[in-house]
Amino acid sequence: MSALTLTLREQPGHGLDVSLLTPDRLRGLSPAAISALPLCNGNRRLQLSSLFDISGNDAQQLVILNSSRHLHGIGSGMTSGHIRIEGDCGNHLGQGMINGTIETSGNSGHWTASGMRDGIITVAGNCGNFAGGALPGDRQGMRGGTLLVHGNCGDRTGDHLRRGYILVAGNAGAYCGSRMVAGTIAVLGKVGPEPGYAMKRGTLLLCEVPGMLPATFNDCGIHNLGFLHLLTRSIAALDSRFAGQNTGKYRVHRYAGDLAVDGQGELLVWV
Amino acid sequence: MIINGVTIDETYAEAFGMKATRIVITALNHRWARHAAAAMTGFATSVIGCGIEAGIENELAAGETPDGRPGVSVLMFGMSARDLEKHLEKRVGQCILTSPTSAVFAGMSAEKTINLGKNVRYFGDGYQISKLIDGRRFWRVPVMDGEFLAEESTGYCSAVGGGNFLVLAESQAQALTACEAAIDAMLDLPNVIMPFPGGVVRSGSKVGSKYKALPASTNQAFCPTLKGLTQTALSDDIESVMEIVINGLEETDIRRAMRAGINAVCTLGADSGIRRVSAGNYGGNLGKFHFHLREIMA
Repeated sequence: MSALTLTLREQPGHGLDVSLLTPDRLRGLSPAAISALPLCNGNRRLQLSSLFDISGNDAQQLVILNSSRHLHGIGSGMTSGHIRIEGDCGNHLGQGMINGTIETSGNSGHWTASGMRDGIITVAGNCGNFAGGALPGDRQGMRGGTLLVHGNCGDRTGDHLRRGYILVAGNAGAYCGSRMVAGTIAVLGKVGPEPGYAMKRGTLLLCEVPGMLPATFNDCGIHNLGFLHLLTRSIAALDSRFAGQNTGKYRVHRYAGDLAVDGQGELLVWV
Repeated sequence: MIINGVTIDETYAEAFGMKATRIVITALNHRWARHAAAAMTGFATSVIGCGIEAGIENELAAGETPDGRPGVSVLMFGMSARDLEKHLEKRVGQCILTSPTSAVFAGMSAEKTINLGKNVRYFGDGYQISKLIDGRRFWRVPVMDGEFLAEESTGYCSAVGGGNFLVLAESQAQALTACEAAIDAMLDLPNVIMPFPGGVVRSGSKVGSKYKALPASTNQAFCPTLKGLTQTALSDDIESVMEIVINGLEETDIRRAMRAGINAVCTLGADSGIRRVSAGNYGGNLGKFHFHLREIMA
């Protein structure tokens, strides 16, 4: 069996909802049934075969080639399997994903991994805003799993994060970890203004003191925190800049906050 | 069967089914990991009076522990999972949480689990923090020397408790020397503990007593000072008897430990005043595990 491969014939000039395309939903479908799957394009429906060339038959290993930033919702709600995306992808990548793995060679749009429950999403490029964050109206962002971003993230990364890891090898924008409820965000680069804004609990792990820390964070001093040994060893297992960097280091400067809400969160900076 | 002049009795040790768990205690160095483990496994010689039986299994190098610090692994045995959990939580709270620089982790992964740090976390008075790492939940409890890190739960399994053998010698000193040699030979074995002080017990018991309140009492058949008074199991030349009790995760672990211990005793031999090796049993009616000495030493 070879991986089920969908090759986008040409870059669409508009948004296309491809949330139907997950390994678990495609498993067991005949090539004809896959070709006839309806994709929402605005208020019109197009057959999958009108946009993609289809080859291979192993739906558990789904490959999307020549992908576009207009393909939204790839891997939404998927429960198992693996999706490999060559190129960029649109918003809502892996939204509500229950398990499985997604990797994209390009950038992803906004709300990547929003509502994700388990599994791993790897973005080789950059992420838009609200990576792992909550959709408008939702009270929780990511609820488990790991989002690994090799590049940079936009604003509001991990907004309302409930559980899981968001690992950013590059920089993160403003309000990183805003309204966090729990979970862990680690950023190897710089973060924008107001990190941890209104965070209730959870850990924001940084390599350098942010330029603009909210006034509602209090300095708790420099400490050895044993759990970091476990945490860094766990994330070092991922194929990224996190492997090796700070692995085993557990001495950090601890800032507690956001005291405007509950103050049970923490911003840790490696020293 | 006679090994190096030591008679191996045609008898067996009778052991019981128990529940067991393993935990890993770490600290800044081995000294403090051992302090915590020693406190935690103190007063845990017999379920009869202590509720559980516990002991240090072995020392762990920094690279072998979850948090990369020196540690020790501890085995704990109880008659039920509930008993085990009750005493484990108490001892984590009173002996490990209180010990400087300590942390505690599950040493056994199993489908069935019992609480380890789940309730101890409340010592944090609301400042405790949870971390889920690789599917395992840990609690960070702020304490005066920094943070106490405890895994939420640990696995437990069915195990065997009460494997034993008796060393019968011409003198008290010779019996003790032989037992020390046996313990030295058994200390490095995995999956077993010898829960009594130094691994040796001098007050082997029988079931019941003339006093109704006591579930167990002295085993007069092996008491040398009662040789002329009771139906004795001792010959005239035996002046002292000591016992080594072994708890293990599996039957084979106990067999291996008994063989190593008895071998060490027999190596000293009759020239060192060791006359016999025997075992304690209750007629085969109480425990489902029977360890026949001659089979083990064959």
